[in-house]
Amino acid sequence: MIAYLAKRLLLAAPTLLAVLTLVFVLVRIVPGDPAFVILGDQATPQALAELRGRLGLDQPLWRQYAAFMSDVLTGDFGRSLVTNRPVMTDVLAVLPYTIELTIASLIIGVVFGVPLGVWAARSRDGFADWVARIVSLAGLSFPAFVSGIMMLIAFAIHFRWFPVISKGVPLTDPVERLRSLALPALNLGLIMVAYLTRVTRSGMLKAMSEDYVRTARAKGMPTTIVIWRHGFRNVLIPIVTVIGLYLGVLIGNSVLTEIVFNRPGLGKLIIGALEKRDYTMLQGLMVIYAFIIVVVNLLTDLAYGLVDPRVKTT
Amino acid sequence: MSATASPARRNAFFGRATRSPALMIGVILVAICIVMALFAPWLAPYDPDEQDVINKLAGPSREHWLGTDSFGRDTLSRIIWGARVSLFVGFVATLAGVVVGAAVGVVSGYFGGWVDRVISGANDVLMSFPQIIMGIILVAVLGPSLFNLILAIAITAVPAFVRIARGSTLAMKERDFVDACRALGFSNMRTMFAHVAPNIMDELVVMASLWLATAIRTEATLSFIGLGAPPPTATWGGIVREGFDNLLDAPLLSIFPSIAILLVMIGLNLVGDGLRDATDPRAPT
Repeated sequence: MIAYLAKRLLLAAPTLLAVLTLVFVLVRIVPGDPAFVILGDQATPQALAELRGRLGLDQPLWRQYAAFMSDVLTGDFGRSLVTNRPVMTDVLAVLPYTIELTIASLIIGVVFGVPLGVWAARSRDGFADWVARIVSLAGLSFPAFVSGIMMLIAFAIHFRWFPVISKGVPLTDPVERLRSLALPALNLGLIMVAYLTRVTRSGMLKAMSEDYVRTARAKGMPTTIVIWRHGFRNVLIPIVTVIGLYLGVLIGNSVLTEIVFNRPGLGKLIIGALEKRDYTMLQGLMVIYAFIIVVVNLLTDLAYGLVDPRVKTT
Repeated sequence: MSATASPARRNAFFGRATRSPALMIGVILVAICIVMALFAPWLAPYDPDEQDVINKLAGPSREHWLGTDSFGRDTLSRIIWGARVSLFVGFVATLAGVVVGAAVGVVSGYFGGWVDRVISGANDVLMSFPQIIMGIILVAVLGPSLFNLILAIAITAVPAFVRIARGSTLAMKERDFVDACRALGFSNMRTMFAHVAPNIMDELVVMASLWLATAIRTEATLSFIGLGAPPPTATWGGIVREGFDNLLDAPLLSIFPSIAILLVMIGLNLVGDGLRDATDPRAPT
């Protein structure tokens, strides 16, 4: 297991380096002079030169690249151009909110999506199957901001069951914290419910038509045991794949969910950085997002080894 | 449909396609939206940019069926005109993504070796950003304009098509007809684009119809964030934003364009799923 982990880590390293290079290039192909964009057309030449020096823009490109790489690899993302606080401080302050939201929606996706998929496969073309189809169609069709606004209007403004603004609630008040997490997590989880319902349903349909399932039925095994022990086990691999693949979508959609529910998190940070043209913050956030995705891919690979003994983990 | 499909296979395709009520509903929903976009100047009761300052954020009335926005502009007219932007951006961006992605993917799968390793590696890097975040960053970097919006969405679409075209090409490469092309001395270009490409069209078309939904959703999302087509252009995402900023005074203003977005999304998803089922008779439905 440790050798497998080391191998996956080694394979992730070049990807991470390439991603960092892409971030470097993207931030530098911004049309125009960043110093000019930040300070505006009223800026004096001295101020512009001073800011360029501070950003390292007066250095040759290869030097900027080397400095960027060594900074990032040592965890130094520079200071925000707007607040002058270290980027890392601002990111770490809100990162728990985004992670909390993403994990909560993943749980919602698994808790609702997987059983719905199994249930739908059991009664093909029956009532459950129609419920599953409608739920997954809705999940795939609702843009995150549309479902968010509709939930907000219905459950927060009309019925007043949940707070309209889920701003940072301290952990010392767990009930209120959960209450402010409920709607955003449900909103973000909807798409995961849709993906997992679909993959579980089609995987179950395929598994249940296999010979060994027929054999198990023929020898008189109870249906429930056939479904869970013989059928469902085979669906775990595609479920893990889908979770790994679409966690990225979840993280992307969290930006919209955070805006609509006015929740602190990486999403609000990135929009703020865009509006104020805070290039160091933007650069830092892109690195963080890419890092999260690389870690998610790594965890997905490890999960394969756990759910499928056929995957060699040595 | 592939260029080499036999008439019998084609009939089977249409048979399955026309028997699927979901696909038909999808086609109707998408058709309504296309009609709205094409005939916007005749269908819209008002000029979408005409302001009526004494009638701001009004609810539905006999004059303004769906009410007005914060500039007093007619919401129904803006939704009808907004269909143009959404569909245009969606179609063009998806088309560009398919063409570029498929070409790169076919080359990658056909040649294999280091070409494949470099392309697949670069593709994985592009895929390590969530699609919406990549779109946001690209539009922010390029600057807001209709062309850049299309370019950004097309770029986010490319990796998915590279991956699917590469995979299909890998499978196609083992087929006898590719050996035959080589034996006949056809150039690599001719083999790839005249013989391999038509045979992987089925998968690309299905993927493209599902991607069209993603592209339109991305356009709406970027407009909602304020990175869409610049104002005063009417966009669905932009109207939702107007309503969201005035959520307590005029909740309906964000609901109506949301419904328009939803109907298109549902329509395109039904079409995509229907096409997939119709092209692949083995897929569990």
